[in-house]
Amino acid sequence: MSDDSPNPQSGSPDKEPASEAQAAQNALGNTERAEVATEPDRSVTTPAPEPESKPSLGRLFLDNLWAANTFTVTLLSLVLAVVVGAVLMIISDPAVLSTYSYITSRPSDAINSSWTLVSEAYANLFKGSIFDPEAFSGWLDGANGWQAVLAPISETLTYAAPLVFTGLSVALAFRGGLFNIGAQGQATIGVIMAALAGFLLPLPPGLHLLVAVLAGALGGAIWGFIPGILKARAGAHEVINTIMLNYVATYFLTWLIVQNGVQDPNRTDAISKAVDSSAQLPRLLGDNLRVHAGILLAVLATWAVAWLLNRSTLGFELRAVGANPDAARTAGISVTRTYILIMVFAGILAGLGGSNMVLGSTASALTPLVVAQIGFDGILVALLGRVKPWGVLLAALLFGALQAGGNRMQSYSGISLELVTVLQALIVIFIAAPALVKAIFQLRAARAARLQTSLAKGW
Amino acid sequence: MSTMAVPDIAVAPVDEGFWTRSRKVGLTLLGLGLLSAVLFGALATDQQARFTLSDDAAGAALEINGTIGAILFGIIAIAAGAALLAGVPKRWFVPVLGVGLVGFVLSFLCWQVSAAPTGQNFMPLVNIIRGTFILALPLIFGALAGVLCERSGVVNVAIEGQLLMGAFSGALFGSISGSVWVGLVAAAIGGAFISLLLAVFAIRYLVDQVVMGIVLNLLAVGVTGFLYERLMQTDAARYNSAPRFSNWEIPLLKDIPVLGPALFRGNIFLYLGLLLVLVIHIGLFRTRWGLRTRSVGEHPIAADTLGVKVLRVRYRNVLLAGVVAGIGGASYTLALYSFTKNMIGGKGFIALAALIFGRWNPTGALLAALFFGFADQLATYLGAISSSIPSQFLAMLPYLATILAVAGLVGRVRAPAADGKPYIKG
Amino acid sequence: MEPGEIHALLGENGAGKSTLMNVLYGLYQPDEGEILVDGKPLKLKGPSDAIGAGIGMVHQHFMLVPVFTVTENIMLGAEQVRGGIAGFLDRRRARREVTEVSERYNLRVDPDAVIEDLPVGIQQRVEIVKALTRDVDLLILDEPTAVLTPQETEELLTVMRALKAAGKSIVFITHKLGEVKAIADRITVIRRGKTVGTASPEASRDELAALMVGRNVRLTVDKTPATPGEPVLEVAGLVVDDDRQIRAVDGVDLTVRAGEVLGVAGVQGNGQTELIEAIMGLRPVLAGTVSLAGDRINGWKPKKVLRAGVGYVPEDRSVDGLVKEFSVAENLVLDIYDRPPFGAGLALKPDVIAASAKERIEQFDVRTSSADAAVGTLSGGNQQKVIVARELSRPLKLLIAAQPTRGVDVGSIEFIHSQIVHERDVGTAVMVVSSELDEVIGLADRIAVMYRGRIIGIVGPDTPREEIGLLMAGISPDAAHESNTDAVPGDGPATDGSPARDAGSANKDEA
Repeated sequence: MSDDSPNPQSGSPDKEPASEAQAAQNALGNTERAEVATEPDRSVTTPAPEPESKPSLGRLFLDNLWAANTFTVTLLSLVLAVVVGAVLMIISDPAVLSTYSYITSRPSDAINSSWTLVSEAYANLFKGSIFDPEAFSGWLDGANGWQAVLAPISETLTYAAPLVFTGLSVALAFRGGLFNIGAQGQATIGVIMAALAGFLLPLPPGLHLLVAVLAGALGGAIWGFIPGILKARAGAHEVINTIMLNYVATYFLTWLIVQNGVQDPNRTDAISKAVDSSAQLPRLLGDNLRVHAGILLAVLATWAVAWLLNRSTLGFELRAVGANPDAARTAGISVTRTYILIMVFAGILAGLGGSNMVLGSTASALTPLVVAQIGFDGILVALLGRVKPWGVLLAALLFGALQAGGNRMQSYSGISLELVTVLQALIVIFIAAPALVKAIFQLRAARAARLQTSLAKGW
Repeated sequence: MSTMAVPDIAVAPVDEGFWTRSRKVGLTLLGLGLLSAVLFGALATDQQARFTLSDDAAGAALEINGTIGAILFGIIAIAAGAALLAGVPKRWFVPVLGVGLVGFVLSFLCWQVSAAPTGQNFMPLVNIIRGTFILALPLIFGALAGVLCERSGVVNVAIEGQLLMGAFSGALFGSISGSVWVGLVAAAIGGAFISLLLAVFAIRYLVDQVVMGIVLNLLAVGVTGFLYERLMQTDAARYNSAPRFSNWEIPLLKDIPVLGPALFRGNIFLYLGLLLVLVIHIGLFRTRWGLRTRSVGEHPIAADTLGVKVLRVRYRNVLLAGVVAGIGGASYTLALYSFTKNMIGGKGFIALAALIFGRWNPTGALLAALFFGFADQLATYLGAISSSIPSQFLAMLPYLATILAVAGLVGRVRAPAADGKPYIKG
Repeated sequence: MEPGEIHALLGENGAGKSTLMNVLYGLYQPDEGEILVDGKPLKLKGPSDAIGAGIGMVHQHFMLVPVFTVTENIMLGAEQVRGGIAGFLDRRRARREVTEVSERYNLRVDPDAVIEDLPVGIQQRVEIVKALTRDVDLLILDEPTAVLTPQETEELLTVMRALKAAGKSIVFITHKLGEVKAIADRITVIRRGKTVGTASPEASRDELAALMVGRNVRLTVDKTPATPGEPVLEVAGLVVDDDRQIRAVDGVDLTVRAGEVLGVAGVQGNGQTELIEAIMGLRPVLAGTVSLAGDRINGWKPKKVLRAGVGYVPEDRSVDGLVKEFSVAENLVLDIYDRPPFGAGLALKPDVIAASAKERIEQFDVRTSSADAAVGTLSGGNQQKVIVARELSRPLKLLIAAQPTRGVDVGSIEFIHSQIVHERDVGTAVMVVSSELDEVIGLADRIAVMYRGRIIGIVGPDTPREEIGLLMAGISPDAAHESNTDAVPGDGPATDGSPARDAGSANKDEA
């Protein structure tokens, strides 16, 4: 962003880039520029409000709201995704669609039926994830307990907890310049180790839980170490290796489940023994609500990653390697060691996410689908959270809410859970291309935090 | 890709000394040969291992005593390994390695087939070859889509999504229209739709291509899954009962023993896939389009200075890739099965592996896809003869092979230099 | 431009030469103004228009696809095809054309060689052949000699004369006075994007130089005579390869003593980069030894070398010196972040880092809005000051500065030079590597000239520039004396002398 944005700070005489070669490199290799290049009208659409007369606070707020900053782009991406989702609902509903055949004669039919369909679906999404007024009034009337009021939040937090871990895993690697598509595989090995520790080791409560959680972390660490060492020693691209390792992990899981000593002796299908209760994460709000201590661990992990990144020497190394490995190496930082550490840490986080899936309330035994999609969703969460730890936490909460609400939407409105996947993918597509969102909403240009430029590096 | 070792490592000087790559491979092969001769030989039974030239146990067959076969073919692998270790001329490297590996595989098969329950100790070759090709087919289409995309400098991780969207649109519009051809065109358009998104976001909006590929895969899973539940599940007769291409027998070729019944009585997709490999290979290396595509994938700035329209080439290739992958998806729904949720099930990623394993080369991708298809088919076969080898480990084979390949253990793989790097005109 | 003319475009780095030519070649669009060809205005929408108008360009960074053969590179964009819509390449015809053109102009290239296997000089030849096969009348050569050895430069000048004889016009972009005087018919000097004058090759070097930089070229550095002490850095028989595993340093012996500045002069690409990277532990040493104050340091990791008291200003600050996304404060501790007081154990101390940054910014006159600004937003000179501030803020035994003032404004140059001299005066051994001869002469107490991976001579700073120039061209003084007695590479117009002499004067004027 250095040489295209008006730059009031540099008042020094030589404004040219260091050399012609470097200028060429800047022009050709810097993706941040492109954002500007693709919208030549940035200064035309809205005159920049110069602070010559002091604007009122409200005005300032509005200006900022309509500026394409990170928050606005994220919010509008959500809106766009919801709109596309609505369109999908309408075109896939033959009854509603049929009203459109006579829209010219009776437009109210089409509008009403579409509105009913979409609003009801999204209302269920909301009720299932955040707050259900009926449960609230039911509690006031004494028809149901307070648990029912908190149930949606409990569900949201339950779904969010593992996503925080996998999101952090992907985000941490991103900051170090590595694209960890392997959170899925690391979570898979994590879930295996956590479960094995959970039902094979006869340990007292408390210790048993601790060991199981750590076993999950260890499993993830091992699965992260492999692409890390391959990257560092052989230069093998981590994207390819982590994709491949995801599948290796999945097949290993499906094989392992049906082995003697692992498989539930009372079952013939692919399911393992259940984790001992001594190794399960305690529930926070009683047995009727699923929210468990995993979410607390997740917040703790967020804090730890934030500290690691910004306040530790290791984080300094990691960020330096991520932003410019050549300079890091010249400054004496071992790039290979850092790459390995990054992947091990990413693996630990993903492995913890995996242990959440079997030690929490989601499941207590291994099945082929026990990890669900948390690794892949973690990629989206990391991107949505702008690869910042606290951003990841918020993004995971949003995704958890979508998941929780999607369940209710599926059972109440008959809208399949896949719509949630669509919404999640769309949100990330839109936030990944802020220029598009800006163009759609004619936003005033401002510094929207772009996804890190270090990503654009190919194989 | 694997050539850019992290600079931290003091790369060993070029002088490899005695342990050239050829010798290291030779040593590995020697080890495999010993393993097969001793272990497989010991595990194999005295039963005959029959390789029938038909679909079943009947008919002519190649037969060998299990133990003898396992040891014999193991010795062949040992000999090949020893030859490499002793040092062979460079042009002999690949053939000798090939002989060694085939020896290893045959030794393994002799063990497995002979160890099967009596009456099942046969391997129907026609069936195996046909199955290999059928299982490889989506990989071939997918890997070709990867070749088209990545040779022009756009990373295609969205193969899975393109295949899935192709399968879905083929099924949907094939069902609605009742015509296989409409279905085929719709499948191509469906694949191209995912490609279009990839192209626009990667080329125009400079979104990281790997990120975009991953997200598009999820989008495809979501959209097709959603519409499947809404439309196809509620009214399968109307939306999910596409007509299927019948098998076409190719005159003369169909009468070749083994290969004839295995390959030349198949459906249009098989022929189309093989034809596309040929066309794309020739196109890439012998035509103007290919030269420009490769130049854009290797050094877009240079291509630009010579008047090649870099972005246009990329858009065109990415869209073509979508068309090819879309047709590949239709090879499921317009020939074999009706559409189900997430029916591609990771084949797109094996296709990606085949692309890399085949070194971004159409012919290489074909061979890699066949190898992976064979592993897949073998897993099925071994399951049928109740083998002791877990099918999951065979299923891992493509992925492990790819990891070894990119780690540089199986020769050098090098992606197009500009693969994944957006081009921004000065 | 007139047909059969060699027109030199002379200007400092960053004066706008390359930009102008990229506009002329259609790569960039002009904001205003027009280009006239044969009196008619020409609109160039892209390179293909330029090629159509008979303009060819050889870029500073070659525009060749490394994995393609020579023929493929040359045919790209102007392919001869058969078979209608299929567009099969007619390789045979293309090869014939390549052979034909290369023979006509005596530019031997193997049409089937793969570019990445060819040396730089041959690659450039391929570039020229590529332009010639497109029937250009006007050939733009952008800094063609920057990467060439003297021999290759000499061959290039011969080729340019041949092209001129064949009626082609050539625009020759350079910042090297000697080459210009050796070959140009007319000279245009640009500075800061404006034409500041035209001159004939008869103009004296001082005149041209004054036009080019708008100030006196000779840099003077105030310093007292050195008082060298004990040897600090001792390099013996060092052998190092470059990234392509080609021998770059081939048996170098060097000693740098405490309290002296050893300048390493030489045309870029003669092994200087690899030499210092090997000393820093960034590149494997294949043979020989490096010792620092008596300790053998080859095989040490960069961190250990830095910790042993070596300061390092790398030659390309944006690649190796700075993390652009990092703040100024973070860049100021890039190699000491984990040392007290900045780091304790695993924890980083942001407050201490910020406080120290404030001090450094003041001390080294870094112009930045704040210590938290990303270093990428600073100007080149201030970025360089950040590196110098970082490296000079800890006790050093040895300072290695490579191209310390490249792309830096005049004010910053003087400041950086004074800091380097100050470091010498407090008893640090200093090694300055620069391709700017003036800088080396100004700073050094002894000058080692590097040529083809060897130290070809070590001379005092008051050695005549001409002699150093000849050394840089690989001609040791005695030999030069014999063969070049009458060819004083001075201010006189370069007549059509021997190629050897051209090369000598070309390289002498590197600065």
